[in-house]
Amino acid sequence: MKLNSLTLKKAISKLQHKEISLSELVEEAIKEKNKELHIYLTLNNEAVRQASSQTEKQLEGIPIAVKDNFLTKGLRSTASSNVLKDFIPPFDATVVMRLKQAGGVVIGKTNLDAWAHGSSTETSAFGSTKNPRNKEYLPGGSSGGSAAAVAADLCIAAIGSETAGSIRQPASWCGVVGLKPTYGRVSRAGIVAMASSTDSPGPIGKTVEDCATLLNLIAGRDIYDATTSPQPVPDFTKQIQKGVKGIRIGICYTDHEKLKGSDAAKAVSEAGKIFERLGANIELVPVSENLQKGHIFDPNYAVAAYTVVQRSEVSSNLAGYNGIRYDYGRAFFGDEAKRRIMLGTFTLSKGYSDRYYITAQKVRSLYINNYRELFGTYDLLIAPTSPGYAQKLGATKDNPMYGELEDILLEPSTISGLPGISVPCYRDPKTNLYIGLNIMANYWQEEKIISAAYAFEQATQWNSWK
Amino acid sequence: MQPKTQITSEMVSHIAKLANISITNDEKAALTAGFNETMKVVDILFSVDVKGVTPTSQVTGLENVYREDTIDRKRVFTQDEALANAPRKHNGYFVVDQILEDD
Repeated sequence: MKLNSLTLKKAISKLQHKEISLSELVEEAIKEKNKELHIYLTLNNEAVRQASSQTEKQLEGIPIAVKDNFLTKGLRSTASSNVLKDFIPPFDATVVMRLKQAGGVVIGKTNLDAWAHGSSTETSAFGSTKNPRNKEYLPGGSSGGSAAAVAADLCIAAIGSETAGSIRQPASWCGVVGLKPTYGRVSRAGIVAMASSTDSPGPIGKTVEDCATLLNLIAGRDIYDATTSPQPVPDFTKQIQKGVKGIRIGICYTDHEKLKGSDAAKAVSEAGKIFERLGANIELVPVSENLQKGHIFDPNYAVAAYTVVQRSEVSSNLAGYNGIRYDYGRAFFGDEAKRRIMLGTFTLSKGYSDRYYITAQKVRSLYINNYRELFGTYDLLIAPTSPGYAQKLGATKDNPMYGELEDILLEPSTISGLPGISVPCYRDPKTNLYIGLNIMANYWQEEKIISAAYAFEQATQWNSWK
Repeated sequence: MQPKTQITSEMVSHIAKLANISITNDEKAALTAGFNETMKVVDILFSVDVKGVTPTSQVTGLENVYREDTIDRKRVFTQDEALANAPRKHNGYFVVDQILEDD
């Protein structure tokens, strides 16, 4: 048995019982496989030594892959951009600090779209990652490296961040589990900021339970991020076996014109039947062009609103890179970053900000109202995570809206700040590529999505690690 | 089909200046075309009825979050740490471009 193919739960148990050693977990094989798939931008050469001082803590020194937009003290953190290509942070992001306090060890920093701008890893200044399920395909993104690290067993579990799909879409494409918490559940302090009003760090793991365990360790208020919530943080593993009996689930987007007849729509309709068998009440929530009671608002408007809001926030966040304090300055931005900074500068400029930025923020309110009404009727909403399977390497070339169109089904709920989890719900035997099921709940109800995802995972064949 | 706001190459030059991004002429042409494509997608916003709707910038409704105005000594950088990643430094200082003209 390869030790790196263990789940977090099994690895913790085996280490506690001294059945395996940590140095075995951090194998040389990782380096070879990494070269082939281009998952880690930087490997932590100190990982084995650091792990040996972390035993006796909950994570027992277990290697965790961390997306390269999280600052890691003494370990290069580039956000996949040449602007930060030599940046060695003098401090840890809060999420990283909390993982270390719990006995985790950063095994390496995973590739992403530069500045997390994209859904493919193809905008990375250092080249794209390949999908471990099929090397001719993209892993998705922006947390493509973290999802691929989990799928390829190059770590026990991983950390990613999502602004609109960046955890769940790559998790879906790589056939792993990705959990995007409620906005404000997990601290953004020490993460290279993208769109501050939606950025949400979260776990990517082999199983639902592994994600719940990691969320326990990283969630909760942080004085260094004023948008973290004072909401109490429950033990997210506690209710995991609660099941779905009697709960009301709405199925979304399977009737959308862009999805009709697709494998994604079929797999999610099938998932609905499985939930029904497990005792839930299932109902289709029809898509509507207008905001209508009992309907899910067409996601196309969210793509437009997200595009404006995200570019605007990017232009502001990336204004600070001026080549003075710790970066190489603005001449080192890649094409995608330039496009986003400039479009955001335009949508915030005098004469245009009312027209674009404010209108986008109003449309955002409409989606929030839509969900508020729907969560009065349903406990959960389910939908395909992505409209389809992973796309081929090179798919993003010459398509300025590629990312937004891949993330269309995730943008309405992310601009609203809601939590969601993606679990594998189908595998194409011909290509070995996966479809993900996105399970969403109301604010702060991560426990509900975790118990439903767990019930689905246990009842189906799609997760090979369970 | 044209977007509601047609972005011209002059506008792109102006935006680049505001954003402090230098671009070549080739880039300018590609950016202009790309922005107009994107703005066509964005234009769908204007078909939504948003009369009387309050814009949302903070989704969880937190307001006026304060903390004590104290220094956490453990998180204070030394001068060396603060300068460690600077591309240009001199005698313990950051080096910046001259912005004031000589007399």
